[in-house]
Amino acid sequence: MDKILEVKDLNISFHTYAGEVKAVRGVSFDLNKGESLALVGESGCGKTVTAKSIVRLLKEPPAEIKEGSKIIFNGKEDVVKMSKKRLRSFRGEDVSMIFQDPMTSLNPTMTIGQQIMEALMIHKGMQKNEAKKETIKLLETVNIPNAEERINHYPHQLSGGMRQRVMIAMALSCNPKILIADEPTTALDVTIQAQIMDLLGELKNKFNTAIILITHDLGVVANFADKIQVMYAGEIVERGNREEIFYKSMHPYTWALLNSVPRLDTENKEQLYALRGTPPDLILPLKGCAFSSRCEYAMEICLERKPVETRLSNTHSLSCWLQHPDAPKVNRAEVLRGEMNE
Amino acid sequence: MTRYIIKRVGYMLLTLFIIITITFFLMHSIPGDPLAHMAKNLPEQIKENYYKKYGLDQPVMVQYVKFLKNLITEGDLGQSLRYPGRSVTDTILEHSKVSGRLGAQAIIIGITIGIILGVVAALFRNKWPDYLIMFIAILGVTVPIFIIASILQYSFSVKFKILPTTGWGKVKHTILPTIALSFGSIATYARYMRSNVLEVINQDYILTAQAKGVSPFNIVIKHILRNAILPVITIIGPEIAGIFTGSFVIERIFGIPGLGSYYITSINDRDYTMIIGTTVFYAALFVVAQLITDILYGIVDPRIRVSEKDE
Repeated sequence: MDKILEVKDLNISFHTYAGEVKAVRGVSFDLNKGESLALVGESGCGKTVTAKSIVRLLKEPPAEIKEGSKIIFNGKEDVVKMSKKRLRSFRGEDVSMIFQDPMTSLNPTMTIGQQIMEALMIHKGMQKNEAKKETIKLLETVNIPNAEERINHYPHQLSGGMRQRVMIAMALSCNPKILIADEPTTALDVTIQAQIMDLLGELKNKFNTAIILITHDLGVVANFADKIQVMYAGEIVERGNREEIFYKSMHPYTWALLNSVPRLDTENKEQLYALRGTPPDLILPLKGCAFSSRCEYAMEICLERKPVETRLSNTHSLSCWLQHPDAPKVNRAEVLRGEMNE
Repeated sequence: MTRYIIKRVGYMLLTLFIIITITFFLMHSIPGDPLAHMAKNLPEQIKENYYKKYGLDQPVMVQYVKFLKNLITEGDLGQSLRYPGRSVTDTILEHSKVSGRLGAQAIIIGITIGIILGVVAALFRNKWPDYLIMFIAILGVTVPIFIIASILQYSFSVKFKILPTTGWGKVKHTILPTIALSFGSIATYARYMRSNVLEVINQDYILTAQAKGVSPFNIVIKHILRNAILPVITIIGPEIAGIFTGSFVIERIFGIPGLGSYYITSINDRDYTMIIGTTVFYAALFVVAQLITDILYGIVDPRIRVSEKDE
């Protein structure tokens, strides 16, 4: 498959009064055409920063994409080195993004029609009439009824789910090759969440757009992502395809995430699992494994040295000392509840 | 919207009525009266006749009812007590043209320059243009208007002799008073606009616009400006009031035959009809300005527009 995006050794820091916060530390991954990739992790793990850096939407400064970081688009262009002019055509046309909160992501003083038309007029050089027709078509594609009437509505006249549909229509208006969805369902009702995810999946196939989905909820990605990458403290700790993460994952942090998804199929009414502690302060230099302070299986070496990446299959790899031949064996089946086991 | 405007006009009339009432009784409670200066040396009988002629011998309450009746039935504000034969309405109309022109110029310049400076300051936040504009803004808010007027007169008229110190009639006469009058507004709008723009810049929808590939210039014009201007509209009303009061002082300093300087003279003269007439005029102007502000707000902000319709 063709690679549409290659992120290589991405390092991003924020310069704050307290010091340099190393928010993303050595992240590398590939994205193929038409593929869906999920970045999963808790708040502050660097998933949004990673995503925003792909469109260069971070405010620089305070953010800084460190020397040596590469974000190669379509095998030839490095986003990090793009000119401002190229970036403007890149955003929206090649890569577009939808955000977490549809209530605040739309301009309250412009009609939704105007906002979608704006993108079409910039990137496709359409005239107003043409753009209007296209906008109506797009709104119908994202299942908004009465599209012809709706284009004259302002965001406050639409519900949250509708607004997120508008955001999706806007993001897909110029047929981007990559769509970055930053927690697109977090601010929505659970019932609407499913609808939006279904819509994204449907459109992904229809437009053959690669999607990077950012979420803290493994439940959201279960039916959606081809590949899943688990991030912790600015690093990818485990990656694999959907089956590998859900049924063969080996990293204690992934287990913690899986265990904290509420389930309907377990009989016993045990308390929902919660991972204790907080992620490390990224201003301080990290020694050893970033997760060691919260890890139930931490060994001495975990506090001393950073784990190296171990490959379990072509697609599945993780960074954990438990993979070392000398490490004690942890029984995955005992750790995880229910059917997450093979 | 129509219902809303009718309702607002009703409130406006009520406000005007209250202002008239308070002014009327306050005015009569000031010691002295319009005839005092000339009636002092007159024989008792002539004095009485004078007071009778203008109805000043009657109780204040009776005078009040009579005034209201004239105002409502005929729209008549009466004649000047100090300058017999001069109608108050005509005087106001004549002099308000001068004040109106000055005020309008000051408001337009205040709003445009203030908003532009505010946006520039916000976009160059914590860089020298920002510091410079905020320094000017602080001066504008803190330095009294008559000092600004004097400095302008001194530098442009006395030192460089480019513009006339006082007078009225040509465009060049309006330049210095307009600048002096709008200086405070420029400062207020600039400060207000700066903080609004800074707030809007951090909104999610600006990020959306960036992600869409909108150019920085269009982001400012299409996405930031309109959202940032909204709160500014609410202060236009009070600012217009500030322009009125400012014009009292400015018209005196620059020797402009406007209504403001006339107002002050009439108070000193205890020219009852003139005082109440100008007060009604200013108050009416002010409430109308407030109404226009609110309607304007509805036009610019679609969220308000719709909630009115739903009502």
